[in-house]
Amino acid sequence: MMDYETLRHFADSWGLVYMVAIFLAVIVFIFRPGAKAEARDAAQIPFRDPTGEDRKP
Amino acid sequence: MKNSGWILVLAVATFGALVAAGLAQDDLFRAHMFVLTLTLGGGTLYLLRTASFEPAVPVDPDAYLDGPIRVGTVLTVFWGVVGFLVGVIVALQMAYPDLNIQPWFNFGRMRPLHTSAVVFAFGGSALLTTSLYVVQRTTRARLFGGDLAWFVMWGYQLFIVMAATGYLLGISQGREYAEPEWYVDIWLTIVWVAYLVLFLGTLVKRKEPHIYVANWFYLAFIVTVAMLHVVNNLAVPVSFLGVKSYSAFSGVQDALTQWWYGHNAVGFFLTAGFLGMMYYFLPKQAGRPVYSYRLSIIHFWALIFLYIWAGPHHLYYTALPDWAQTLGMVFSIMLWMPSWGGMINGLLTLRGAWDKIRTDPIIRMMVVAVAFYGMSTFEGPVMSIRAVNALSHYTNWTIGHVHSGALGWVGMISFGAVYFLTPRLWYRERLYSLRMVNWHFWLATLGIVIYAAVMWVAGITQGLMWREYNDQGFLVYSFAEVVAAMHPYYVLRAVGGMLYLAGGIVMAVNVALTIKGHVRVERPLVPAAPQMKLAA
Repeated sequence: MMDYETLRHFADSWGLVYMVAIFLAVIVFIFRPGAKAEARDAAQIPFRDPTGEDRKP
Repeated sequence: MKNSGWILVLAVATFGALVAAGLAQDDLFRAHMFVLTLTLGGGTLYLLRTASFEPAVPVDPDAYLDGPIRVGTVLTVFWGVVGFLVGVIVALQMAYPDLNIQPWFNFGRMRPLHTSAVVFAFGGSALLTTSLYVVQRTTRARLFGGDLAWFVMWGYQLFIVMAATGYLLGISQGREYAEPEWYVDIWLTIVWVAYLVLFLGTLVKRKEPHIYVANWFYLAFIVTVAMLHVVNNLAVPVSFLGVKSYSAFSGVQDALTQWWYGHNAVGFFLTAGFLGMMYYFLPKQAGRPVYSYRLSIIHFWALIFLYIWAGPHHLYYTALPDWAQTLGMVFSIMLWMPSWGGMINGLLTLRGAWDKIRTDPIIRMMVVAVAFYGMSTFEGPVMSIRAVNALSHYTNWTIGHVHSGALGWVGMISFGAVYFLTPRLWYRERLYSLRMVNWHFWLATLGIVIYAAVMWVAGITQGLMWREYNDQGFLVYSFAEVVAAMHPYYVLRAVGGMLYLAGGIVMAVNVALTIKGHVRVERPLVPAAPQMKLAA
């Protein structure tokens, strides 16, 4: 039977571990070797529109 | 015939609204349905009068769809001025209670009109407009779904009209920042799902493999607001043809649901969405990429993981369990991380180009916006400490905090985006006047500084007067004495608001004249750099 206490204990144990693990995984992922070049490339996206933002319809 | 489908839908909806007015179970619902009939009927007539029988021009599938964005830019400016004006009026009502005009224009009805006008009408239109602009430019794809973007833009405006007229009529479910009743909430849900489909559909057909980080923030804003809106507004209407509904929650659960919604409306509407704006328009206006793209990703995930838990800090010293209050406080303090991450990333984007703050008033606006983002999200966690909150809660300090974030961060970054967008969307060489942007900048900044400083002093005064005991344990001040002590601050606050409103009007004139194609002949803002003369 799922009651309030069970849910709460699940949330502040496994739920917390799950979220922290995802957050750490994100950080590891963006600092992996090779990520720097990719990030530098992605930062250029706003400037990459070939016809510029002034393109007439 | 162009738009024949929409004309039919609108005509049927107008008739439906009229029938609902006829069958209404209460007078308020009848009045509100007449408003809806007039609005939809007006829309039908407008479409009929502008209907064209020319064969449809084939749409270039690669061209950006900018029509709804142009409409949105104008509406953003319009709602901004309206929202600031109502703000000044409610500020004056606080200072001079005789200005409460019963029953339609009393403070109780005008206050939600102000908050909704600035947050949802001005801020929401700005977010809708810029998100549709940014997603096209960073995915290099036309908006998904043909007329869907038009439906979202006008559907959202209908929500605003229904919400605003409802408040003045006295229709409210009494949930902060979610005052519209159940039928208006259902309409917003439909529009919002269409918005999500529009945004996701455009991302799916993107031509740029990587999804630029601004779109992450916009998407988080859309998804989270959908979730918050639906849960917070779960309610059972008394009648399907009446205004009244009852919340699905009760007691402290209801209070927590409301502040889970309320705080995340700040977190995901007023923060995440506008950060999306910052991550596109600041680099574009500065002409250089964001300082650290990887920091922007950490910023994003930290914000997403932490913000959603901070709501309980609105319910200190209430029936909410202590552990939940502590949870809210801990997560609020951890929010310093994304706060500093975003501020550093925004400000350092100008590294090596700091002179632009002097030469470009639009950049200056954006930089001040980021600075206020940093300051108000530093102040927020401080105020979320329970002992500090014991002093600040229910006082004007909270109002000051909210306005340093809203006027400083949300307002200024939106103004910057509007000034960036207007010449580009209407193919103008430049804005009508850069000097007017400069005027707007100083009027707004001065207004914010006056407003925030006055409210800090007022709030701390108020908090200290409320808790003042004499040596026999009696309260020193009666409530009315504290109210009287606030009067000078309320007057000064209205002055700050008037300056901010004046800046908004300057912007409206500047934008209108830019759209009309005028260019003001004016002395350049920054004189050409003096040339070094070599001695002969």
